[in-house]
Amino acid sequence: MPSLGSDMEAGTLVEWLKAPGDAVKRGDIVAVVETQKGAIEIEIFQDGVIAEQLVEVGQTVPVGTPLARLRGAGEVEAPAEKAPAAEKAPAAEPPPTPLPLPVAPPPPPRPAEAAARVSPAARRLAAERGIDPASLAGSGPGGAVVLADVEAVGKTAAKPKPRGLDLDAMRKAIAAAMSRSKREIPHYYLSHEVELGAATAWLAATNAARAPADRLLIGALFLKAVALALTRHKGFNGFYGAGGFTPSDAVHIGAAVAIRGGGLVAPAIHDTDKLSLDAIMAKMRDLVARVRAGTLRSSELADPTVTVSSLGERGIAGMFSIIYPPQVAIFGIGKVVERVWPVDGEIALRPVVTVTLAGDHRVSDGHRGALVLNEIDRLLQEPETL
Amino acid sequence: MNPDEARQLFFEELGNIAPEWDPAAIDPQDDIREAMDIDSMDVLNLVIALHKRIGIDIPEVDYGKLITIESAVAYLVAKSGG
Repeated sequence: MPSLGSDMEAGTLVEWLKAPGDAVKRGDIVAVVETQKGAIEIEIFQDGVIAEQLVEVGQTVPVGTPLARLRGAGEVEAPAEKAPAAEKAPAAEPPPTPLPLPVAPPPPPRPAEAAARVSPAARRLAAERGIDPASLAGSGPGGAVVLADVEAVGKTAAKPKPRGLDLDAMRKAIAAAMSRSKREIPHYYLSHEVELGAATAWLAATNAARAPADRLLIGALFLKAVALALTRHKGFNGFYGAGGFTPSDAVHIGAAVAIRGGGLVAPAIHDTDKLSLDAIMAKMRDLVARVRAGTLRSSELADPTVTVSSLGERGIAGMFSIIYPPQVAIFGIGKVVERVWPVDGEIALRPVVTVTLAGDHRVSDGHRGALVLNEIDRLLQEPETL
Repeated sequence: MNPDEARQLFFEELGNIAPEWDPAAIDPQDDIREAMDIDSMDVLNLVIALHKRIGIDIPEVDYGKLITIESAVAYLVAKSGG
């Protein structure tokens, strides 16, 4: 059971997508796990063959519990030697999550769910329609619930909602992570107003010539500017673990996405600094859609190296965020507003955004934080180079 | 497209974007961004869906006309040639 963020203690396996004997390669989605952040698709970290499933559907297990035994590509099938082999399970390579929270004993599996076998297509449709597949009589092989069984329920079911998303549980997880952050991380806060005349003009001109599906949002520019600034200024991108700060060469920005009805998650946009604005935009659209549908992947939740939280156009001018441990910085981006702004000794109206930084004093200080915010400002003055 | 057709179509696409809400229960003069928790990504997805479905071009400067149900219906009627 991989750790999908430092606030996660346990997860429930809801679906196996690979069976014993199946060959898998790095990045394949092997299982679906239900967490406080909804149902997460679990990716495997190495190539091989699934030798044995160690956790059954319906079981809730603490973070770190091996989910499956994996045989290396060239390995012969050996007689089961559970202890050492278990280390090869996908849980073996989570990113650093220092100071593990106390783990509650897992509740016993609910018999109905443990027994229920549900095809992936049926599970998806059931989730869309808000039906509990375990409540259906399966007509498939071995009593499995198949697509037809869910379709037979008709269209009287509740409106679609993100599958498995328990907002109360998510609120508790957010509270636990933020309490820990405020206890352990000596935050400092900086705020800087960035004039966006050049950026908004460039964006309007670029979008005017594009079909709607190819248009950019200004949020893509913010993410790219932050990512580029972080490649030049160290101490804000990485993880703080038991051994201190480990900077990350890769910039995986966790882009905070609000969930309607409350709650939020910040899945990673991998290598944000190396992506074009179009690619960042595509990732943002994909992430928002999958947050709403409840189909995030394990790597996206496990490894953001820094977080950017944007309030968007319905927000307010600025916000000061709380660092998501084990990260060491979070950027807050307010709403773009019209402000009186001095231009060449005259007073003018300009679009302005307030960019804030909450930094970790164990790793950096306000002076270096100011350099980062100034760099972001400079980058946003040259939108065509982003 | 007459106003009833435009309203029905807009409700359908709005419902796809924000399935938690029933557009018919929203005051037609309310800002849907506030009333239905619609963000800029949702507005863009709405524009993409409308563009795909009825082929009308909705430039960025017109997004403001989609933010209440009443103004959106009027806009779609006008853009589709009535």
